[in-house]
Amino acid sequence: MIAAAEALQALSSGWFLEHAWLIPIVPAIGFAIIILFGKKLPMKGSEIGLLSMIASLVLAGGTAMQWIDRVGSGAEGQFIAPVVRTWNWWQIGGMNFTIGQSIDGLAVIILVVVAFISTLVQLYSTEYLKGDRRYTHFFAALTLFSAGMLAMVIAEDTILFLLGWEIMGLCSFMLIGHWWEDGANSRAALKAFFTVRTGDMGLLIGIAMLYFASNDWTTENLGVSGFSIRGISAWALSGEPNSTVILIAAVALFIAAIGKSGQFPLHTWLPDAMAGPTPVSSLLHSSTMVVAGVFLVSRLYPVFFTGFDIMGPGGNFIMIIGAITIVIAAALAFVQNDIKKVLAYSTVSQLGYMMLGLGAGAWLPAVFHIFTHAFFKACLFLGAGSISHSASHHSFDMKKDMGGLRKVMPITFTTWIISTLALCGVFPFSGFFSKDEIIDNVGNNGYQMFMIIGLIGAFMTAAYMTRATYLTFFGEPRGASAGEHHDEHATAHDAHDSHDSHDSHDPHAAEHGDHGPHESGWRITLPLVLLAVLALSSGFLNATPFGEKWERIKTWVEPRAEEVMETAPGGPGASNMLALPTAEEGASKSPCGSKTPEKGVCYAPKLDHAKFKWSKAMLSLGIVFLGIALSWIVSTLLYTRKDKRLVGLTERNGVLRAGYKLLINKYYLDALYEKVIVKAVAGPIASAAYWFNQNVLDGILHAVAGVSRVFSGWVYRNIDQRVVDGTVNNSGKATKGAGGVLAPVQSGKVSQYGALLFSAAAVAALVLVIINS
Amino acid sequence: MLVNQFLFLAALLFCIGVYGVIARKNAVLVLMSIELILNAVNLNFIAFALRNGNADGHTFALYIIAIAAAEVGVGLGLVLLIFRNRRTISLDDLSEMKG
Repeated sequence: MIAAAEALQALSSGWFLEHAWLIPIVPAIGFAIIILFGKKLPMKGSEIGLLSMIASLVLAGGTAMQWIDRVGSGAEGQFIAPVVRTWNWWQIGGMNFTIGQSIDGLAVIILVVVAFISTLVQLYSTEYLKGDRRYTHFFAALTLFSAGMLAMVIAEDTILFLLGWEIMGLCSFMLIGHWWEDGANSRAALKAFFTVRTGDMGLLIGIAMLYFASNDWTTENLGVSGFSIRGISAWALSGEPNSTVILIAAVALFIAAIGKSGQFPLHTWLPDAMAGPTPVSSLLHSSTMVVAGVFLVSRLYPVFFTGFDIMGPGGNFIMIIGAITIVIAAALAFVQNDIKKVLAYSTVSQLGYMMLGLGAGAWLPAVFHIFTHAFFKACLFLGAGSISHSASHHSFDMKKDMGGLRKVMPITFTTWIISTLALCGVFPFSGFFSKDEIIDNVGNNGYQMFMIIGLIGAFMTAAYMTRATYLTFFGEPRGASAGEHHDEHATAHDAHDSHDSHDSHDPHAAEHGDHGPHESGWRITLPLVLLAVLALSSGFLNATPFGEKWERIKTWVEPRAEEVMETAPGGPGASNMLALPTAEEGASKSPCGSKTPEKGVCYAPKLDHAKFKWSKAMLSLGIVFLGIALSWIVSTLLYTRKDKRLVGLTERNGVLRAGYKLLINKYYLDALYEKVIVKAVAGPIASAAYWFNQNVLDGILHAVAGVSRVFSGWVYRNIDQRVVDGTVNNSGKATKGAGGVLAPVQSGKVSQYGALLFSAAAVAALVLVIINS
Repeated sequence: MLVNQFLFLAALLFCIGVYGVIARKNAVLVLMSIELILNAVNLNFIAFALRNGNADGHTFALYIIAIAAAEVGVGLGLVLLIFRNRRTISLDDLSEMKG
């Protein structure tokens, strides 16, 4: 119950909150410096990248602190207005396009994650890519990527959002194809780019639709354009929008999210994107860029909420896509031998969890899962990179070149185990608090079917991660990690996966190729240790099992779903004047989302939260431990003891063989896209066009030609010969005389024609000026 | 007046472009000069659109950009084919149209 006196509390603000727009500007400037002067700098530009990211991290940290203060300064249940600043960007006709920042809890949490992981990855890259031939360009692209992501996160309007989104797409292309000398890498880069572009069309269409649908309403009620994310959110919850329009807009936007976040059926680019250097995989394709799609859904949540009728009965599009993605990606992870591909499919699967959560109305758990997932997934990827860098001669093949590494790489092993447990969702690691929350809330909101799929996904996650861990760190060392000499490795080179081809680009590979596997240097292990600590501890920021006092992220991040009286739109000062509805209305259940607000506007829908119960948590923990144990036993029998009953089972049993083939071929989706769809465009459509050209068009032409030939014969004999020729012959004589005079002008020299043309135009312009004056 | 400066720049670009078209022998450079001319025109359109405060100039500029892209595509295609046939793109050697 909120008393009316408490309702109007001024919210605190501060320098960092007001200047949060500097966070993406700093790396953007860093990018410019690196690309212009990077090669002349003592550390080839990497110091600029690292410094700009540290500066961003400091700014983001300050912003987070002041945001927490701001939340604390509001009354309980009061809507915490975002810190908005806008500038005019450009004008066209009567329309004003603004650019600006809108800092709220969601922006703050993602800002901190992105800045933090970018900093660690830059530090890691200084070691990992030492001596690379395009070292400077790598850091330039990495820094620009961070600028794009940060710009997208602070965006107040959909235009800046789109800008950041596209910058990320471009940088992703540049970084996946970083070693483009190898054809496979540039193909992977193109594939990623085109697949994501397919989705991006949806973003463009969705933004345009939302603008035209909401502009009138937002201009009248809030004084902002239809590009403003706040405006769109309020409009979506106002009961104003036509349900068909908002449904189509939501579908279009969600297609963009499918492309960017690797959801089924556009997930195929993500595993191929592992062709890029490992720091890229870690930063872009696991922890930050691929969550852009999830961020899009959580940022414009009211649009999806209204459009897809989230919390309504029955499953919706987002949940179905999320649930399919969880299961199919997890199944694919079982048949991969490449450690990075296992992690890539695991990322796809985890993104499926986030989408499932968002679709089921579990907004906060999904956002919290972005937060925790970023830490443990970045750690796993950097760990895989550490193994390939220092132990397996740049190979990522778990079966050929790894095994038994736990003794030689203790730091990498420990951090890997912590992150794996976090990924599996074992208590008290961070994944437990976020993933379990998602599953719990999905069930609590009445979607039992999807909760069961989530639990199956948890089982599969535990099983494939155990398999990967076993192959990498346990058993007997194999191949390169057994200290096989570099030369032998080179002979077996062709048989390997495409990743290891880049050791030819790395001049210092020979340096450490001579001695066996060892632990990596501090610039690699320090990020690993920091990330592992966070993978262990970050879950406690929103530890629902321990009661409300521990739910800090919920307090800080989740927008309060309260009706807001918008008295003075826009501007940071104006946010202090926001008021709550009067006491008796505020005391009742907030109407946001469930019914049309009567007096003010809503910026966020009201969502339920599941009550935490240990009994439910025990069920999912039990499933996870079952997965780990089962997978451990099978792995031991299969890979170490070579048990006769298991080895080659996929060849002997028909059903298993069919399943294995389906998984190895990735459900034939790549074949569908490349062979069927591309060929349909290139083959039949082209030949149909040719047939049409040959038979229909040419037929018409021939018929017309036949008729005109008969007609022209008559004309020739009667009119042409007698009437025209007489005239022409005479005029011909006159022309010949004139032609003789003008012939030298036709010199055949283009530049002379140009000179004539322009002098004629100049004379004409002169005449015009004289006439007009 | 702000618009004047845009117009001066546009005029300067236009003159550079005209000079390039007339003086250069290399077909690719001539194409580039034509681009300069087109963009000088674009700049004029934008400058006047700014002064008049309506969107017509912007629309024209967008059209010109699109058409210029198509023009360069065709132009470069021609240059490429000429180079394949003649092993040169010097405009002085291409005077079959002499009357």
